[in-house]
Amino acid sequence: MALSWLLLILLALAVIGYFAGRSRALASAGGDTRDLHSLPSYYGYNVALSALVPALVVLIIWLLVQPMIVNSTVSGIIPDQAIPEGSNRGLIMSEVRRVANGLEGAVASGAMTEAQAQDGSADIETLTKTLKDAGQVLTQDITQPILVAAQKFRSMTSTGTVAMQVVVLALALLGAAFAYVRTHKEFRARNVVEQGVLALLLLAASIAILTTVGIVLSMLFETMNFFQLHSWKDFFFGSTWAPNFRGGSELSILPLLWGTLYISLIALLVAVPIGLFAAIYLSEYASGATRAIAKPLLEILAGIPTIVYGLFALLTVGPALVSMFGQGGTLGVGWMASSNAVLTAGLVMGIMLIPFVSSLSDDIINAVPQSMRDGSLGLGATHSETVRSVILPAALPGIVGAVLLAASRAIGETMIVVMAAGAIAKFSGNPFEAMTTITTRIVSQLTGDTDFASPETLVAFALGLTLFIITLGLNIFALYIVRKYREQYE
Amino acid sequence: MNDMTRVERTVDSKAIKIAAKKVQVYYGETHAIKDVDVEIEDKTVTAFIGPSGCGKSTFLRCLNRMNDTIDICRVKGDILLDGEDIYDKRVDPVQLRAKVGMVFQKPNPFPKSIYDNVAYGPRIHGLAKNKAELDEIVEKSLRRGAIWDEVKDRLDAPGTGLSGGQQQRLCIARAIATAPEVLLMDEPCSALDPIATAQVEELIDELRSRYSVVIVTHSMQQAARVSQKTAFFHLGNLVEFGETGQIFTNPEDPRTESYITGRIG
Repeated sequence: MALSWLLLILLALAVIGYFAGRSRALASAGGDTRDLHSLPSYYGYNVALSALVPALVVLIIWLLVQPMIVNSTVSGIIPDQAIPEGSNRGLIMSEVRRVANGLEGAVASGAMTEAQAQDGSADIETLTKTLKDAGQVLTQDITQPILVAAQKFRSMTSTGTVAMQVVVLALALLGAAFAYVRTHKEFRARNVVEQGVLALLLLAASIAILTTVGIVLSMLFETMNFFQLHSWKDFFFGSTWAPNFRGGSELSILPLLWGTLYISLIALLVAVPIGLFAAIYLSEYASGATRAIAKPLLEILAGIPTIVYGLFALLTVGPALVSMFGQGGTLGVGWMASSNAVLTAGLVMGIMLIPFVSSLSDDIINAVPQSMRDGSLGLGATHSETVRSVILPAALPGIVGAVLLAASRAIGETMIVVMAAGAIAKFSGNPFEAMTTITTRIVSQLTGDTDFASPETLVAFALGLTLFIITLGLNIFALYIVRKYREQYE
Repeated sequence: MNDMTRVERTVDSKAIKIAAKKVQVYYGETHAIKDVDVEIEDKTVTAFIGPSGCGKSTFLRCLNRMNDTIDICRVKGDILLDGEDIYDKRVDPVQLRAKVGMVFQKPNPFPKSIYDNVAYGPRIHGLAKNKAELDEIVEKSLRRGAIWDEVKDRLDAPGTGLSGGQQQRLCIARAIATAPEVLLMDEPCSALDPIATAQVEELIDELRSRYSVVIVTHSMQQAARVSQKTAFFHLGNLVEFGETGQIFTNPEDPRTESYITGRIG
């Protein structure tokens, strides 16, 4: 029985439970809803939720846990001598899974009987031929231990699946029956259902948090693997980024960090003044009609995919800068050799961040109470003096928070720098040179044919984790500042 | 306490500070103030009383052109300050507001230090040549605002950290610091407790020796305690204007009497 059927049966049970619970409650009150503790539908929801929720929870946990148990048991029965030189248990296990899937497919398509598939002493050559004829994909020659392990894998998986279906259905029926029996006009169905909904909301919130924890942990484990293969001193304090897939790489984060921070700095130098001035205009000077048009227009910028900004940088901004600063350019200075440069990426990223800064700052400036403006105007200050001496200082902590949030976006930005910044890792203060960032190096280390056992690949996780910690720190700092500012007018 | 006798009521023929003639105010289509004529004397506390929405605050905000900051608001008629029309094109509303200071309903100190709050006006108007002069203006204003003794040791502390009554007196000191000739107060005590209210009222009475004070209030007792002249507004009309003692004891208009005795409002 496929998973979708199981889910459909569960849903059907819930629907039946809803109507059964509802009518039982009504019957217990003699058909008069006023005698019920709760509205009739609450009794229905109670039965439906009791059937659905425990069953689904068990189903999800089972689906997550079963493969782990099967994997560890099966990998335990593979003898050490069955693992050839240059391979490892993980690779053999993937072969085992492939064979198991092949057997499953062959049985399903009728190329093989169930008994043949389970025959542990079957002739390997005939079996391989049968499987290949049945169109199953095999990459390696099947050996006896692999076959045995694959058969064990199949049998455990199918037993587990049947057991799961039985347990889940039994749980659904039990839950429904329990709730149905409890349904009576005195039963506080409304409170129970609301508790249940509360639990669901809590679950949704914790999934978001647990995912973050999961991301951090998975990065952390890979990073630890990396540091076993490569010295942490070189990673944090080295000065060269020179990955070499034949070994002997120098993998230092510092040149990449420098490129990241340099490009982000240029982006902020573009975005903060423009965004802030736009916000001041929109919140203080623009009439209602102008604001209604200009604000959404500005925010359209925020909706443009960053790859499009990358194209803009590559095709428009870069060549324009070269024609200005390059050899034989308008300024005749010859500083810029290629359109891939820190300046190109920084400018375009700055444009991308303008709506981010302006929208947040606009909200913050609007949150400054009108009484501040009245107070300043009432003392004979002009509008611009009021903005400069009262509103901006009052909004400053919030604006700083907005800038920090923009900075953490700039640091984590990938597509623009991939397309516009170049790929050379170096320490240089020249904005017309190509440089590279942490994010682009993660992309380049993980694209193409990769071997997840070499430090050249695993370094991507160490880079990602460092990046994550930097932006997380910035975000926490920004939120702290924004929150502190909110308390100020109380 | 006998409210009627506390304030000395010898009203000499003082100079007219502000004269309003046939003032009309419109908010969009709404006719908020109709044909108001009033003469506000120098060195006198004038109270505007009336039920909510009667236009007393709107009229007050006409006197320093604060209504200019509201887009849909239009003012017609003449308002003369020392004989000059304040709505004349040559008058800069910014300069006017330095001469006609304003204190608002809710204390609104800037999120700056106490010193910087008071020094704000003198700084933007260039009233002090150097730091010493500025210090002097700040101290003098805080003294006149009757808050110097409470804050002299913590001038660098934020103004927002003071209590409500202290904040309001700080705002009054801030308004005084620009050396105004008229002080407008829009329900200055409505956000304060009785003790802070008493302190502010005492201060208003002292301010009378230097400034012309106009106060909008919901509290008739307050109007009776602090003012020499009272104007009663109702539905955008100035119903009655006269000496406070007379308005409260012997009003001419039946609407005034109804309001004072609590039948309308």
